[in-house]
Amino acid sequence: MAEHAPQTGMLSGLRVLDLADDRGIFTGRVLADLGADVVKVEPPGGDVARGVAPFWKDAPGIENSLFWQLYAANKRSAVIDFATPTGRALVERLAGQADILVESFRPGFMASIGLGYETLRSSNPRLIYVSVSPFGQDGPYAGMNATDLTGMALGGFMWLTGDADRPPLRVSIPHFWSLGSAAAAAGAMIAHQARAASGAGQWVDASCQQAVARTLSHAPQFWDLNQVILTRQGPYRPLGAGKRLRINYPCADGYVNFIQPGGRSGGRNMAALVAWVNETNEGDPELDGVDFGGFGFGQIPDSLLAAMERTLELFFAPRTKRVLSEGAIARRVLLFPVNDAADLLTYPQLEARGFYRQVEGPDGEPMTTLGPWARASGAPLRVGRAPRLGEHTDEVLAEWCGLGLDEAGALRAQGVVA
Amino acid sequence: MSDQPQQPFAGLNVLDFSWVVIGPMATRYLSDFGATVVRVESAKRPDVIRDGPPFAGGKPGINRSGYWTTYNSGKLGLALDMGDERGRALAYEAATEWADIVAENFTPGVMEKWGLGYEAIRAKNPGVVMFSASMLGRGGPYDAQPGYGPVLTALSGLTNGTGWPDRVPVSPYGAYTDFLVPHLAIAAIAAALEHRRRTGEGQHIDVSQLEASLYYAGVPLLDKAANGRVAERDGNADPDMAPHAAYPCAGEERWVTIACPDDAAFAALMLLIQKPGMAADPRFETVAGRKANEAELDAAIAAWTRTRTPAGVMAACARAGVPAGAVNDCRDLFSDPQLVHREHFVWLEHPEMGRYAADGNAFTLSATPPQYRPAPMLGEHTEHVLRELWGVSQERYAALRDAGVLE
Repeated sequence: MAEHAPQTGMLSGLRVLDLADDRGIFTGRVLADLGADVVKVEPPGGDVARGVAPFWKDAPGIENSLFWQLYAANKRSAVIDFATPTGRALVERLAGQADILVESFRPGFMASIGLGYETLRSSNPRLIYVSVSPFGQDGPYAGMNATDLTGMALGGFMWLTGDADRPPLRVSIPHFWSLGSAAAAAGAMIAHQARAASGAGQWVDASCQQAVARTLSHAPQFWDLNQVILTRQGPYRPLGAGKRLRINYPCADGYVNFIQPGGRSGGRNMAALVAWVNETNEGDPELDGVDFGGFGFGQIPDSLLAAMERTLELFFAPRTKRVLSEGAIARRVLLFPVNDAADLLTYPQLEARGFYRQVEGPDGEPMTTLGPWARASGAPLRVGRAPRLGEHTDEVLAEWCGLGLDEAGALRAQGVVA
Repeated sequence: MSDQPQQPFAGLNVLDFSWVVIGPMATRYLSDFGATVVRVESAKRPDVIRDGPPFAGGKPGINRSGYWTTYNSGKLGLALDMGDERGRALAYEAATEWADIVAENFTPGVMEKWGLGYEAIRAKNPGVVMFSASMLGRGGPYDAQPGYGPVLTALSGLTNGTGWPDRVPVSPYGAYTDFLVPHLAIAAIAAALEHRRRTGEGQHIDVSQLEASLYYAGVPLLDKAANGRVAERDGNADPDMAPHAAYPCAGEERWVTIACPDDAAFAALMLLIQKPGMAADPRFETVAGRKANEAELDAAIAAWTRTRTPAGVMAACARAGVPAGAVNDCRDLFSDPQLVHREHFVWLEHPEMGRYAADGNAFTLSATPPQYRPAPMLGEHTEHVLRELWGVSQERYAALRDAGVLE
């Protein structure tokens, strides 16, 4: 049974026409979670995102992409071929009924097919038109192709990541487009707030490159204020003045992450860990009795840093992530597991909060997915499944455009909708 | 009357207790776009990143951290000792009589201990929108777990997903997950304001930084749950694209990335680097074939990129329709032609630091652009906030000041 427009959530009643492909897919998901009626318009063969691996039960199929299942959840699907003039006119008509439109095509493409912002705003001045692109709608790079790798490089992330003796690195989990799509969702909602007073829509132009540049902490400011270029340090954390602190260590079944931030609280943390190591008489006399709290951030002497690294490497190696992290919690030591997907699916805090949810999978069997990314006390975020291809075409045409089943049938016969 | 269009959050009052990065970065959208954001701080327990480098001119000082100012530009600085009962009483009055929005990101329970939990505020200000964020969320065995941003990068699976397969994983720089949440946070806050406009009801938006961050690294979790596969880090390699790597360029520590999403891009790249033979070599016809011979391909490409600058490689590849991107260091970001065009960095004048660069926003709004203003000194606006915004009498203001509650 196809689900009607959502009635719950803070944005229920808000209509979003989602034309974004795999690059801008996360924007519509954010708005759908908040309660908006997000209609994903797909081409006849289905959105590109439906072809993104990995697949449900490793079986490629139009409904089985886990990328689609995650990032299209809570949306509705309407198949309209807007490569045809009739299809384009139908999309324009839908845009006339939408509060927000989202797209992530090459800059200029929408305008080239008569669906640009200037065209659509004339018939719907309230429309908020949201564009996700790698670099923005204009400027020297606007026409350039980009991928997760080249985007994370141009955004400044890769320079700061990786081992010093090897090339700069990206994260093996692509999220360049998700960063820009989340920025677009923020921009869309700020534009929505503006419209509440002005009654007018506007164009929201999100850049994935800039979204990456916003993840670099204080690194840009180190150049601006001190003309210092921070560099990648591998499993170490730079402490300034050329010092660095080992933070990622191997352990029996993977890796752990240890932070010694320095300062008062850092001192307590380090003392508790040294006490734990001494209990198992694997301690290093050089560490005994040291007042780690006396050292400010980044002032731990090199000899002590080396002794710490040696001792901790030996102490962590034979012990599992669970033993080390449970022991650390009991002793209030800042030692955490470097979680992989298996750890995360059984992580006690996530299980206790009931974070993971079961929704209907592509073949009807229950599928584990993520719970809400925020709790809203009075109007909770929605948790639902992704739509099947064209599952809601007729309903959307009826609800948004007042088209009866016969008119929809005629369009289906012409291959304009499916 | 200024001809500026009305700012999206104009007229909204925000009582901002947030600190470090995730909270202030979220509430900066409110001040950037017109809200009055009062940032509550105390010199007795300063925000830890006020003590964090980089400092203007390399000289440490509580008002000199570029780390703090980029996230707090445009806010009003109020010094208030929340350890003092009179400070907490004043804060409660502001939260219940003045604030439309209250923001915080302490360990769960701190606000409640101060009598400023959501229920306590809502009792007198039912329409209040409260934004809370914590590392691991409210409730559960670890909700009071101390920690720092970089720790969450390890917990979220991002650290395990970054690095070379033959080496220890490396962490993305700094408190990485702090930067993933603010766009989601301001979207939820604006949604709560919409809900309030329609129903009059307030809302408590409560975010677990770990859970929200998993939306950027969620597919491997669904893959493990559905197929039992635990994805491993693999340097810069990609299962569906080859060539796909960072290549050395001319000069010291200069790199460029090149990615071939399809066979056509591969063929175009081979022609570009004058290796037509490789374009025709059946071994490289498919992605699988290219991945099986990736080292040989990468060596040929590196021989070409070593003779060029990153910008030179980018320009040549762009003409050939091959995705390429310079590995920008932080100096490069300030001269990257696209970021310059987008005015990504905003220069502001600070009373003590002088001119500093704050991060701009990753999106532009065509009708209501942001209005950036400098970050406050600690307590810079205390008198203005109490006397003019909150209507505190001169006597009470003087009494609080003399009792050391306003520092």
